[in-house]
Amino acid sequence: MPEDVESPPARASVSAVEGELWVELAGTWRLHDPRVRWEALARGESAQRVRVQIGGLTAWDSSLLLFVDEIVRWCAGRGLTCDLAALPVSMRRLLSQLEAGHAAAPPAERSHTLLTAVGVSAQYLVRQARGIFQFVGECVESGFHVVARPSTFRWRDCFYEMQQCGAMALPIVSLISFLVGLTLGYSGAVVLRRFGGDIYIADILGVAMTREMGAVMAAIVLAGRTGAAFAAQIGSMKANEEIDALTTLGIPPMRFLVLPRIVALGVMMPLLAIYANCLGVVGGMVVARAVLDISPTAYWVEMLTIVDVSDLSVGLIKAVAFGLIVGVAGCMRGLQAERSAAGVGRAATSAVVTAILFIILADAVFAVVFQTIGL
Amino acid sequence: MPAAPAIEVTGLECGYDGRVVLQDISFSVSAGEIFFIIGGSGCGKTTLLRHLVGLNRPWRGEVRFLGRSFTHAAPAERRDVLRTFGMLFQGGALWTSLTLRENVALPLEEYTDLPRREIAQLARFRLAQVGLAGFEDYFPAEISGGMKKRAGLARALALDPRIVFFDEPSAGLDPVSARQLNDLVAQVRDTFGTTIVVVSHDLDSIFRLADRLIMLDADTRGIIAEGAPRALVAGSTDPRVLEFLALHSGRSA
Repeated sequence: MPEDVESPPARASVSAVEGELWVELAGTWRLHDPRVRWEALARGESAQRVRVQIGGLTAWDSSLLLFVDEIVRWCAGRGLTCDLAALPVSMRRLLSQLEAGHAAAPPAERSHTLLTAVGVSAQYLVRQARGIFQFVGECVESGFHVVARPSTFRWRDCFYEMQQCGAMALPIVSLISFLVGLTLGYSGAVVLRRFGGDIYIADILGVAMTREMGAVMAAIVLAGRTGAAFAAQIGSMKANEEIDALTTLGIPPMRFLVLPRIVALGVMMPLLAIYANCLGVVGGMVVARAVLDISPTAYWVEMLTIVDVSDLSVGLIKAVAFGLIVGVAGCMRGLQAERSAAGVGRAATSAVVTAILFIILADAVFAVVFQTIGL
Repeated sequence: MPAAPAIEVTGLECGYDGRVVLQDISFSVSAGEIFFIIGGSGCGKTTLLRHLVGLNRPWRGEVRFLGRSFTHAAPAERRDVLRTFGMLFQGGALWTSLTLRENVALPLEEYTDLPRREIAQLARFRLAQVGLAGFEDYFPAEISGGMKKRAGLARALALDPRIVFFDEPSAGLDPVSARQLNDLVAQVRDTFGTTIVVVSHDLDSIFRLADRLIMLDADTRGIIAEGAPRALVAGSTDPRVLEFLALHSGRSA
C-alpha cells in the first residue's frame, strides 16, 4: 500500500448493468480521509447481484476493506450474491479475516449484578485475609527455624537493610518529625494562649510525640520509603525468576529475603521513633520560644513533669509493631506481585496502602489496649 | 533389577486457574540422556518444566526423580530431592544483589559444611568451567546476557547435580553464544554423565544435542511424538511433527 502524495481521492461509483449492480472502486483509500459510505451509495438501488471491481485504484488501506465489508454485509442482509472475484487475492484474504472477526465470539460478560459483585468482593477479602495469615504464619515458622539455627540467618543482608531503612532514612524522618512538632506546636499555641496555659505546650508536645506521633510518623515515612522499596525489589526478583531460582535450590525465600528485612525494620523502627520524638519535641520548642516566649529550659523541665517511662514504652512498643507491619506488607506484596513491570508497580503501591492501613488499625487497637491496662 | 530412570512422569495433569494446559503426560528420561521438550509457542513446555522442578504442583499424576517421588514427598525429603538437580532459567535468574562468586557459592553454603575458603575455591572453579574466570566479583548487571546464562549454569552445577534442567537456553543469544552454550551442555553430560532436560524450540540445538525428545501440542494438550529427532523426521507420519522438525532439514539442505 504505497503512499501517494498527489493521490486522487477515494471514489466508488455504482451502475446498474443487466440486473446487476457494478461497484467500481478507484482513487486512494486512506483511513484518515473522509469515509465513503456504501449505505449512501446504495440507497434506492436494487439488483440480484452485486459485482465489485477495481479500476484506477492507486492505493488502499483498511478503509477500503471496511467499505467492501459493508457491501458484503449489505448483500448478505438482502440475500443477494456479492461477487468479489475481480478483487486481488491479497484483498480477498484480508476480507475473509475481517469477516472472521464478525463471527468471533462476543466478548465475555464481565459486568456483575450487585449480588455477584458483593460475593466477588467477599471472596477477594477472604483470599486477602487468608494470604496475610498464611504469610505471617510462614514468617513465624521461619523465625523459629532461625532461632534454632542462627547460622542460617542472613546477617549481612539484615545489616545492609538496617543501614538502608535506618541511617539512610534519617534526613526525611528528621524533616517530617521536626515539621510535625512545629505544626503541633502552632496548633497548641493558638488554643493555650487563650487560656493563659502557654507552658502546657511542652506537655502536649511531649506526650503527643512520645506516645503517638513519633512512632506513627516514622512508620508512615518508612511505609512509603522502605515498604515500597521491599515490594519493588522482591517483585522484580519474582519477575526475573530469582525467587524461582531460590525455590528450586530448596532455599526458602522467606528465610533468604523476608526475615532479614522484617528483622531490620523491627530493630530500626524504635530507634527511628526515638529520633523522631526528639526532633518533634525540638520543633515544638522552637514554636514555644518564638511564639509563646518560653525558654528551652522551662519547656524541657515542664515536659519532664508529664512524660515518663510509660509514655516512652508505649511509643516504642508501637514502633516495633509498626516496623513489623511495614516489613510484612512490603515483603508480602512483593512476593504476591505479578511477573511484569506493571505488577511490580502495583505491588509497591499496594505495599504502602496495606502498611498504612494496618498501622492506623494497630494504632487504634493499641489505644484501646493501653487505655484498658492503664498505660 | 534395572536402574530407575532419572526422571519418571506418570499421568501428569496441570493448568492454571481451572484451565487445563497439559493432561495425561507420561514419559521417562534415562540417566545420562539429553532429553528435549519441544513444541510450538503456548503448548505448555515451560509449564511442564515448572511442574517437573516443583515450582508448581500438578493437579494429578506424579514426578519421580531417581526412583523417589517428588510430588508427594514430605518437605525434608523434598529438599533432599532438590539437592539432586540444578536449573538454568531462561534469563539466568542470577541474584542481582550478589556477585557471580556469591551466586555460585550460595547453594554450597546452604547444603554443605565446607569451610568458606573451599566454597570460594569451588565457586571460582565452576565459573572457570563455564569460561567466566576473572569475572568472579562482577555483579549480574555488569555482564552480558550470554555471560549471565553461563553464570547461571555455573550455579546450577554448583552442587554437582545428577540432573540439570534448562529453560530455553539459547533464547536471546547470538548464534555463536548459543553454540558455545550448547557445547557446554554436551560437555557437562559427557564429563559427569549428568542427565539433561532442555525446554527449547531451537532446532539447531535439538538436532545437535538431543538423544530423545517429546513434542507437546497445544490442541491435544499432550505429547504427540516421542523419540530421537532424526528418527522422528524419518519415521513420523504426523504432519505437525514433520512440519516442526522438517524445517531444520529444509534449512540444512
